[in-house]
Amino acid sequence: MAQRWSAGVLQYAEMGYWQPDYEPKPTDVLAAFRVTPQQGVPPEEAGAAVAGESSTATWTVVWTDRLTAYDHYQGKCYRIDPVPGNPEQYIAYIAYDLDLFEEGSIANMSSSIIGNVFGFKALKALRLEDMRIPPHYTKTFQGPAHGIVMEREYLNKYGRPLLGATVKPKLGLSARNYGRVVYEALRGGLDFTKDDENINSQPFMRWRDRFVHCMEAVTKAQEETGEVKGHYLNVTAATMEDMYERADFAKEIGSIIVMIDLTVGYTAIQSMAKWARRNGLLLHLHRAGHSTYTRQKNHGVNFRVIAKWMRLAGVDHIHAGTVVGKLEGDPSSVRGYYESLRCDKADADPRLGLYFEQDWVSTPGVMPVASGGIHAGQMHQLLDLLGEDVILQFGGGTIGHPLGIAAGAAANRVALEAMVKARNEGREIAIEGPDILRAAARHSRELDMALSTWGDVTFNYESTDTPDLVVTPS
Amino acid sequence: MRITQGTFSFLPDLTDEEIALQLRYAIGNGWAISVESAGDPRPGNNLWEMWGLPMFGMRDPAGALHEINECRTAYPDRYIKVSAYDSRHGRQTTALSFLVNRPQ
Repeated sequence: MAQRWSAGVLQYAEMGYWQPDYEPKPTDVLAAFRVTPQQGVPPEEAGAAVAGESSTATWTVVWTDRLTAYDHYQGKCYRIDPVPGNPEQYIAYIAYDLDLFEEGSIANMSSSIIGNVFGFKALKALRLEDMRIPPHYTKTFQGPAHGIVMEREYLNKYGRPLLGATVKPKLGLSARNYGRVVYEALRGGLDFTKDDENINSQPFMRWRDRFVHCMEAVTKAQEETGEVKGHYLNVTAATMEDMYERADFAKEIGSIIVMIDLTVGYTAIQSMAKWARRNGLLLHLHRAGHSTYTRQKNHGVNFRVIAKWMRLAGVDHIHAGTVVGKLEGDPSSVRGYYESLRCDKADADPRLGLYFEQDWVSTPGVMPVASGGIHAGQMHQLLDLLGEDVILQFGGGTIGHPLGIAAGAAANRVALEAMVKARNEGREIAIEGPDILRAAARHSRELDMALSTWGDVTFNYESTDTPDLVVTPS
Repeated sequence: MRITQGTFSFLPDLTDEEIALQLRYAIGNGWAISVESAGDPRPGNNLWEMWGLPMFGMRDPAGALHEINECRTAYPDRYIKVSAYDSRHGRQTTALSFLVNRPQ
């Protein structure tokens, strides 16, 4: 004990941050880190260092620890597993007492868990793979402003994925031309259209003009179809005051949804989630920038953690991968993200990259959005892989249709409805999908053209980010 | 103008056989079938007239189809939709809903 308090530098493991006998309490926040220690650093010491640097420790012994119940506040690395097939890496499991965190604050939780430790020299690389948020902490967050069930009731749309498209080109259109694209896509059959992440308020189109023209398009499309329609008006701006101003205006002119980018920061996201619940508008989140830290397997933060944080923070929509589209997304990992967003209770499942069980204690689900390089010819795969509670967004796959935007929208809607109908009738859509699409195209020239334009387009590249435990196809 | 509410409005109108297959799927999932009609199908109108109560105990698609046809006979000039309700905890909402009659 004397040695523990002698001035100088001590191994983290010896300071109480490595506790292999510790049994996590139901109230603990748990984290799984992928640790790549520097040569010569034992894995237990690396795990202890992560626990220490993400909780109470600093690089040297400090006597002021003795003014606290330090063992209560110490993060505890309680388990460390070698990563199969990669002798350099380990998964370190760390438990944090609930007292370490401020209630209902993503900023506080993330500053604790990923604040300092990622630049730590004794580690070559570090990645936060997953977290278990205990119900006691989950219940301190608002959660989705509305959630999947309320969104469907708002929209009066059930039993099928929703359809959307991002307006293209994303930069340069005038407000009037922009509104035209929105109108054509919505009247053609889409449920939603969307601003892109970087369309905010630029010299070629200021936000207010865009909002007015988009809502004219939404209103007209609603009148013509008898359906509820929406356009995600991106209110991302430089300050909270600007965002509130834009969101208030969106509400005033009748929009059912607003949108923000992940780049606005966790605190702004939580503020907008409260605004969205208070004002009865859905909140769409575009995960702009996430790949800078989620994509590489050895370093950063896995997207499943961001997905969980955003469910707590309170968004209604979040982009979560397509599997078959143009952007990164291993099938098993994407299934894990979707489960983290939609399920009330998810079991630990290493095949999906889920390290912990997670009980959401009735926190509403977040609608995942699949966007990026998908088209009507993949409808059977999309429905089979992603299920029903998802928004399928076909940007190029709507606007690039040879017969025009409305035709592109109709092609997607016909393909979707035909596939849902066939699935409900008991057909094996994963296998019979192409036949079902061809049959549906016999009564839809729009779908017929879409299939002949894009039917064969695929994006088959190897994923950089995959679970360690790979499922062998049977 | 063709109202495109409901899960299958972009497909040719479903035949009774096709409707029965959807009902079988819904009943198989434990969902309760209900029938509603409206003269005014505007998106803001959530309160269509119920054709009786949701058929909680109905296990036979033919029985549910019979109710649909009774409603069609009574209200040929209304929009009629059939819905399937999922009462499971965490859902407690409609799981499937499609039009089965449009004003002639």
